[in-house]
Amino acid sequence: MSAAAVLAWQGIRGACLALPVLAAAVLAGAMIGETSLAPDLVLSVLANKLAGAGLPVDPVDQGIIWSYRLPRALVAAACGAALAVAGVVLQALLRNALADPYILGISAGASTGAVAVTIAGLGGGALSLSFGAFNGALLAFGFVAILARAAGAGGNRAAAAQIVLAGIAGSQLFNALTAFIIAKSANADQARGIMFWLMGNLSGVRWPDVWLAVPLALAGWMICRFHARALDAFTFGSDSAASLGIPVRRVQVVLIFATALMTAVMVSIVGSIGFVGLVIPHAARFLVGPGHRRLMPAAALTGAVFLIAADIVSRIIIPGQVLPIGVVTALIGAPSFAVILVRGQRTAR
Amino acid sequence: MRIEARNLSFSVRGKTLLQDVSLAVQPGETLALVGPNGSGKSTLMRLLSGLAKPSHGEVLLEDQPLARLTRREIAQRIAIVEQQADTAERITAQSVVELGRTPWLSALKPWSSEDTQLVDKALHTVEMEGFARREWATLSGGERQRLHIARALAQRPGLLLLDEPTNHLDIHHQLSILNCIRNLQVTTVVALHDLNQALTCDRVAVLSHGRLVACGAPSQALAPETVSEIFGIQARWVQDAEGAGPFLSFQLA
Ligand SMILES: Nc1ncnc2c1ncn2[C@@H]1O[C@H](COP(=O)(O)OP(=O)(O)OP(=O)(O)O)[C@@H](O)[C@H]1O
Ligand SMILES: [Mg+2]
Repeated sequence: MSAAAVLAWQGIRGACLALPVLAAAVLAGAMIGETSLAPDLVLSVLANKLAGAGLPVDPVDQGIIWSYRLPRALVAAACGAALAVAGVVLQALLRNALADPYILGISAGASTGAVAVTIAGLGGGALSLSFGAFNGALLAFGFVAILARAAGAGGNRAAAAQIVLAGIAGSQLFNALTAFIIAKSANADQARGIMFWLMGNLSGVRWPDVWLAVPLALAGWMICRFHARALDAFTFGSDSAASLGIPVRRVQVVLIFATALMTAVMVSIVGSIGFVGLVIPHAARFLVGPGHRRLMPAAALTGAVFLIAADIVSRIIIPGQVLPIGVVTALIGAPSFAVILVRGQRTAR
Repeated sequence: MRIEARNLSFSVRGKTLLQDVSLAVQPGETLALVGPNGSGKSTLMRLLSGLAKPSHGEVLLEDQPLARLTRREIAQRIAIVEQQADTAERITAQSVVELGRTPWLSALKPWSSEDTQLVDKALHTVEMEGFARREWATLSGGERQRLHIARALAQRPGLLLLDEPTNHLDIHHQLSILNCIRNLQVTTVVALHDLNQALTCDRVAVLSHGRLVACGAPSQALAPETVSEIFGIQARWVQDAEGAGPFLSFQLA
């Protein structure tokens, strides 16, 4: 078999394993909610919308499925996959088991951008919350990147620690700014609304968000998957990676920017959803081991399914009320993480 | 593979760690690098492997400036085992050695049975076949050291740089690793603290305070006067009663 054929074969085999699971999760996302809808109803709606089948379906049900639940499930999947992959990449690059996509200051910056637009009235109402969040995220990341560079993270040794420290400093600063703006300008209702957004919220998601989130998650995943072997080479640090032929600086820059961009976009669509980027990589590692060629797809799939499930739970757990999805991810994530930690410890020896 | 250092100097933040070091290692030769702690052995290794750029001078690999090769091209020619390299990843012994194949793999040249063979062979060379499935965290210091050496061997380099490869090793594995690298057809530079082990190499280079103070045949470079002065001890030759070559004996001055 030629090398290209091997690659294509691996890709097809991976897709055959992952796609049915993903499709089932999205289907569940479309079925379950305050009103439960049968799977054949969901499939009929899909046939109508995608193939123009013209099957008889109640227009209300069709509206719920097509305009609300499907985009929601798809964005949840994209977001879960992107955050999980970003977590995998950052944990490997920074050689820190506690690294997650928000360690680059991104979620803190996004919150500041969001409150600057919605509460402080930046842009005079012409700017959307997600636009503010996206710019805030990039601004904070820029600040952290410059700070890390100035602190000497350009060199190889200790670079990882500098980035983590710069990220913490950046997060503190931007969180303080957010608190300042809220304290100065927000009324109680606004403060409540923004807190809701800060904990992650998928209820505003519509199709345009799908067209942004899904291609971005796919592109980000492909870039990261392409660097899987390079990430393996970071096992013993960046010097060791360099001695194995990895262009360390280029890989670091490409991957950190890719993860920063993925995270910034996801946060601007759904708010900051904690725990996924931290916990899913560890869970996936527990399932398939630390090798990045298997870890990358496993983390993406686990992240996607996990976030769809969390979204379902957030919609049905309190009847008539939607819980912020970040609350659910933390409530499920923290105990499962504890289980993984304890069991991982037991099998270690 | 021939490597040459020309007038290498290296300084960080105004502090000179290495000054005007010139030496050449011929194809197939094993050069021992000795010197007190902080004399610049590891620094010289990093310069020879291209991990650090010299402030002055240049490194030539097969008469080509090292600076002109890409990281990948260097890694296909030079393997280095650093003095310390640890990980918290729960990676298996086998995967550690497999990392050595990284410079030879690409998207279009994926892992093949040849790579598997080279990894198995390297594991065999360091007598670690039985540990292939073990996790890194469960291995002893010497076992980890031997895996790093196997990883470097799996890289199939023309030049092998080993920074104190025998620390952590028991005497059996010290002798077998040294024997193995002497028998390899690969040019080797090895930093050693055991001067009697350095005596068994083809040539010895002695570093002190970042300068090369002696370089040549082991018995000349490690003459008791040089050793005594540099390490601040008293050294003398001792004849082996069984008729093997003389060795160095030391006591505090
Ligand atoms: N980044 C740095 N900044 C300042 N000084 C440094 C730096 N790196 C190394 N040094 C100093 O350079 C000197 C040479 O270090 P090097 O690691 O090359 O010594 P060595 O000969 O390998 O010693 P050892 O036998 O202990 O391994 C030491 O005095 C060390 O403290
Ligand atoms: Mg050293």
